[in-house]
Amino acid sequence: MSKVEKDELSGVDTTGHDWDGIKELDNPMPRWWLWTFYATIIWSIGYWVVYPAWPLVSDYTKGVFGYSSRAELHEELASVEEGRASITTELVNADLADVKNNPQLYQFALSGGRSNYAVNCSQCHGSGAQGAPGFPNLNDDDWLWGGSVDAIYQTIKYGIRSDHDETRTGEMPAFLRDEILEKDQVSDVAEYVLSLSQEGRDPEAVTRGAEVYANECASCHGENARGNPEFGAPNLTDAIWFYGGDKQTIVNTIANGRANVMPAWDDRLDESVIRQISLYVHSLGGGK
Amino acid sequence: MNLLWIAFSIIGAIVGLLLSAKAVDQGMMIHGMTFAIASVIAAYALISQHYNSRPAVVDQSGGPDYNLAIVKYGVIASMFWGVVGFLVGVVIAFQLSFPVLNLDLPWTTFGRLRPLHTSAVIFAFGGNVLLATSFHVVQRTCRTRLAGTFSPWFVFWGYQLFIVLAASGYVLGITQGKEYAEPEWYVDIWLTLVWVVYLMVFLATLWKRQEKHIYVANWFYLAFIITVAMLHVVNALAIPVSLTGVKSYSLFAGVQSALTQWWYGHNAVGFFLTAGFLGIMYYFIPKRVNRPVYSYRLSIIHFWALIFLYIWAGPHHLHYTALPDWSQTLGMTFSIMLWMPSWGGMINGLMTLSGAWDKLRTDPVVRFLVTSVAFYGMSTFEGPLMSIKEVNALSHYTDWTIGHVHSGALGWVAYISFGALYFLAPVVWKRKSLYSDKLVSWHFWISTIGILLYITAMWVSGIMQGLMWRAYDAFGFLEYSFSETVEAMHPFYVIRALGGVLFLIGSLIMVYNLWRTAKGDVRSEEKDELILNPEVAVAR
Repeated sequence: MSKVEKDELSGVDTTGHDWDGIKELDNPMPRWWLWTFYATIIWSIGYWVVYPAWPLVSDYTKGVFGYSSRAELHEELASVEEGRASITTELVNADLADVKNNPQLYQFALSGGRSNYAVNCSQCHGSGAQGAPGFPNLNDDDWLWGGSVDAIYQTIKYGIRSDHDETRTGEMPAFLRDEILEKDQVSDVAEYVLSLSQEGRDPEAVTRGAEVYANECASCHGENARGNPEFGAPNLTDAIWFYGGDKQTIVNTIANGRANVMPAWDDRLDESVIRQISLYVHSLGGGK
Repeated sequence: MNLLWIAFSIIGAIVGLLLSAKAVDQGMMIHGMTFAIASVIAAYALISQHYNSRPAVVDQSGGPDYNLAIVKYGVIASMFWGVVGFLVGVVIAFQLSFPVLNLDLPWTTFGRLRPLHTSAVIFAFGGNVLLATSFHVVQRTCRTRLAGTFSPWFVFWGYQLFIVLAASGYVLGITQGKEYAEPEWYVDIWLTLVWVVYLMVFLATLWKRQEKHIYVANWFYLAFIITVAMLHVVNALAIPVSLTGVKSYSLFAGVQSALTQWWYGHNAVGFFLTAGFLGIMYYFIPKRVNRPVYSYRLSIIHFWALIFLYIWAGPHHLHYTALPDWSQTLGMTFSIMLWMPSWGGMINGLMTLSGAWDKLRTDPVVRFLVTSVAFYGMSTFEGPLMSIKEVNALSHYTDWTIGHVHSGALGWVAYISFGALYFLAPVVWKRKSLYSDKLVSWHFWISTIGILLYITAMWVSGIMQGLMWRAYDAFGFLEYSFSETVEAMHPFYVIRALGGVLFLIGSLIMVYNLWRTAKGDVRSEEKDELILNPEVAVAR
C-alpha cells in the first residue's frame, strides 16, 4: 500500500491505492457529465408522467397524454382510409373500361396498382412484370386468357385453376403419361409446333406432327394454332413461350401436361385493390 | 484434488458415451461422442500430469507466482477464434451480396453460418479475451496467484468445448432459435457448469487478495460474470423433448418469450461486451500509458449507475410490437439515462491519457486502446439515440442496427481486445518487446479503414432502407416493394464485405506478429526502437 501522493503532471492527489502499479487520481466527476446525467433522469421522469410507464398490480400508469401505440396505428390507418374513401368508391362503381377517360381516377388506380402489384404480384411475375418460366410476362400483348381490362380483372379476381368457384379453368393434358400419344408422336408434334415459329425443322417430322396436331391439339389451340383465350390455350405461332421454347421443354409440356395455378385474389384483396391492379397490368403495354 | 478431477473426467466420458449410444437423433449422437472424446483427453492429460509432475518454477523476481500459463492459452485461443469469427463474417457478408455463395448446401447457408459468426466473435473471441484478461488482471491487481490448480483449466477447456459444441451444432442445424442464445439445452447446461466454476475461481482469487481494496477492473469483471450467469440461466430455461435428443422447447412463449430474449440479448451487450470489456479498459489503458486513472469517484458512480440502469433497457429492442406500451417506455427512458453512465467509462479512459497523449503517436498499441474508447463513446451515444421510439421507427429492422453493432463490436470490443493482447503477448511469453511495432501500426490502419467502410456502408444502406420502406406517393400508396429495397442495398453490401476483408487481413497480420513474438523473434530493422515490455524491464 502506498500513501496519498501528488501527481506531478496534473497536481491532483491520488487516492493512495496502488494495484500492480496502477494509481487513481482523486478528480471530481466532470460537472457537465453530472448535469447531463441529471438532465436525462429528469427528462425520463417527465416522459413517465405523460406516457404509459409503470406497471401496477393489474394495470399500468396511463400517462396524461392518454397515448396508446395501438390506438395511434388505428387512427393513422383510419385517416388514410377516410382520405381515400370517395375516390375508392368511385373506382369500385366505375365501368373498368371507362376509367381511362377519367384522368384523376385513372391516375389513382395506376398508382395504387403499381404499389399493390409490387407487394402482391412481383414475387411470381417479377418486379418489372417481366415474368419467368411458368409465370407469364405481363408487358407483352400475348394473353392466355384475354388482354382486355375486364378479362384481366376476372383472372386476378378468380384466379386460374384456383380453389375459387368462379375460377378460370383449362387443362393441358399429359399426352404421353396418359397414353394418348406414343413417344415418337410427341416428338413429331413438338417439331411441328416449333416449325410454326422457326425455320429449319425436320420436314418429315413436321409433316407427321401436323397430322397429330390436327387430331389432338387443334380443338383447343385452333387449326391455325393461334390459341384460344376461352381455354387459356396459348398461341403457338409466335415465339413467346410460357414454359420455355426449346424442344425438350415442349416435349415435356406435351408429354406431362401443365396446370400452373394463379391464385384467386377475391378473398385476399378488396375490390378497389383488385381493380387498381387490373388497370395497372392492363397499362403495362400489352393491354387490349 | 487430482483424483477428483480424474473421476469427473471418467464420469464425463461415460455420460457422453451413453448419450451418444442412446441418442434419438444424429445431433446428439455426434455431440455425445464429442463430449466423450473431450472427457477422455482430459482424463489422459490429468493422469499423465499426475505421474510426470515437475516441481513448480519459482518466480525469480520474488513476487507472487502468477499463473501465466492460463493467460497464454487464453491469448492463443482468442486469436484462433477471432480469425475464425472474422472469416465467417466475411463469408456471410459475401453471401448477402452474392446469394449463390450459399452453395445450396444446408450446412453452408446464411441461416446457419450467421449464428456461427456472431457466436464465434462474441463468445469465442470475446469470451476468450475476457477469460484471459480477467485471469491476468485479477491476479495482478490482487497480488496473488490465481485460485485453484485444475479449476482454471477446467474453465478454459470447458469453455472451448462449449464453443465446439455450439458451433458444430449451428452447422448441423441444432438451434434454439434465440439470437445470441442459439445453443440447445444440453450445451446450455454445460456452459452453466463451466461458468459457475469460473465465478468460483474469480471469487476465490479476490478472497485471498493481498490488497486491501478491490480494483475497479475487478468490479466490472465480477458484474460481468454474475450477470451473464443470471441472464443465461433464465433465458435458456427449456424443456427437452427427450433427454437423449437435441430438441427442447423454451419455457416462455409469445411476448413473454420476446421480452425475456431481449432482456438477455441487450444485457449480453451490456454485461458481456460492455462491463467485461470496461474491466479490460480499466487495467490495460493505465498500465500501457503508465498514468493514474483519471477519477476514482467517477469510476464508482458510473459503475453502479451502469449496472443499475443497463438491466432495464432490453425492451427498446421491441418498440412498436405486441410488447405493452409501458414496457417500451421504460426500455427507452432507461436507455436514455444510460447514456452518461456509459460515457463515464469513456471519460475515465480518455482522461487517463492526460499528460501522455504523445503515446498516441509513438505507441501503436495505445492507438488501438484509445481508438477503442472513442468507438465506445460513439456507440454508446448512438445506442440511446436509436432507442428513442421515433428514431427506432426508422432504424429498426434495417442495416443501421448492423452498422451500430459493428461500430461497437469491431471498434470497441475488438480494438480493446487487440490492445490487450498486444500488451499481454510479451508478458506471457516473457519477451522484451513485440516482434514488430510497425506491423501493429499496419494492422491498426488497415482494420480502421475496414471498420469505416463497414459502418458507413451500413449507415447509408440502413437509413436508405428505412426511408424506402416508409416512402409513400401522393395517394398514400407505398413507393417501393421489398425486393426493390434489397436491390438498392447491393452496392453497400459489397462495400461492407470489402471492409470485412480488410479487418480480417489486419487480424492475420496480428497473428503473424504475435506468433513471431512468442518465438522470441525481433524484427531486425526495428531492433533499437521497439517499445519495451514494462514487466521484463522492471525485472531486470
